Amino acid sequence: MIAYDLVIVGGGPAGLAAAVSAKENGVDSILILERENRLGGILNQCIHNGFGLHTFQEELTGTEYAYRYIQKVKELGIDYKVSAFVTDINVQKQITAAVRGEGLLEVQANAIILAMGCRERSRGALNIAGTRPAGIFSAGTAQYFVNVLGIMPGKEVVILGSGDIGLIMARRMTLEGAHVKCVAEILPKSGGLQRNIVQCLEDYDIPLRLSHTVIEIHGEKRLTGVTLAAVDEKLKSIPGTEEYIPCDTLLLSVGLIPENELTRQLPVTMLPETKGPKVDAGMQTDLPGVFACGNVVRVYDLVDNVSAAAVVAGRSAAEYLRE
Amino acid sequence: MEKRRELICIKCPKGCRIAVAMDGDEVVGVEGNSCPRGEEYVRKEITSPTRMVTSTVRLIGSDMNVMPVRLSGEITKGKIFDVMKEIRKCQVKAPVRMGEVLITDVCGLGVDVVAAAEALDVLG
Repeated sequence: MIAYDLVIVGGGPAGLAAAVSAKENGVDSILILERENRLGGILNQCIHNGFGLHTFQEELTGTEYAYRYIQKVKELGIDYKVSAFVTDINVQKQITAAVRGEGLLEVQANAIILAMGCRERSRGALNIAGTRPAGIFSAGTAQYFVNVLGIMPGKEVVILGSGDIGLIMARRMTLEGAHVKCVAEILPKSGGLQRNIVQCLEDYDIPLRLSHTVIEIHGEKRLTGVTLAAVDEKLKSIPGTEEYIPCDTLLLSVGLIPENELTRQLPVTMLPETKGPKVDAGMQTDLPGVFACGNVVRVYDLVDNVSAAAVVAGRSAAEYLRE
Repeated sequence: MEKRRELICIKCPKGCRIAVAMDGDEVVGVEGNSCPRGEEYVRKEITSPTRMVTSTVRLIGSDMNVMPVRLSGEITKGKIFDVMKEIRKCQVKAPVRMGEVLITDVCGLGVDVVAAAEALDVLG
């Protein structure tokens, strides 16, 4: 077993900013564990601009924003391991990770910062009737396909849910030559930022169908279409409003959930309203020495706010380690 | 005669609703912006709207399949698809440095297509 003062689980925006903050506040022995093969987290697939106005007073793409923090981590000589999948955390602050090429890694920490981020809600969580053909993706998975793998998931696209990732992907797919037929939103109002309605939908004449949802999925091997229907105030579909829309791809942008499987291994209080751990003003959970920051605590709209919360977590962890 | 138009500012996540009073083609009043960038945005949006374009280009010799790219400045909104056509034709070889110019003066618009990430490791 190796030992570090501070182990940070997750090398995305929260983990990186927390590491930099802890180091700048005097913690020398820090290890970041990241399950992907490089640092940066979800920012690596966020090639669009709009990041960093608060943190850097300029508008960066997601990848540029990540780069600044990764450079900082390297400059400060902070240790990190990529392709390191944390499987267990216990109350003695021992962490087990499966590391590609190395095998099992066991680390004893004096403090831990949880920065695992969040994941997308899936079709299963929505209960849409119909078949199970290929061509249905969460918006973030489609984003990974297009922006990281360089593969287009389809040509004729319907997007269900008007969260920011869905809006961003409507524009991205359009720029790459796909035809986005509409974005359907079950609520009477979009959950995305106004600026994204303007620059991702209106700029490209993509219709936003408010108070509409997908009630059925069609197709055997590949998606061939969806049935769209209007909904009433109780969000129940209104008979007679059904409309068949042919498409080969359905993207789901229906919300994010903090990823807390590891947190639940610890005696830490979880809040049902955020689906994240309860933290104090210093981002410490109710298990002393265990901190959490970023989307693992609650889902943020802006990465700048994640970085700001991570700075607090890093500073608090440094204070805890001094005591 | 005065006419009013309402625009949503896209300069930051706040998304201010900005009312613009127009006399013919001339902007005679701007209301609802919470910073100077908002006024600048609506004046430009009414006369000649511009946008940033971000995308990816093929990357060879790296463990990354594509290289994220951005423009060095905004372009006229009507030229977005012309620029995308050039970006889609582009293919680069690792190593690529952050900020490296990959297409100079794209479509003669006076801006460059630059790398928005780094790919330093070259695969054999």
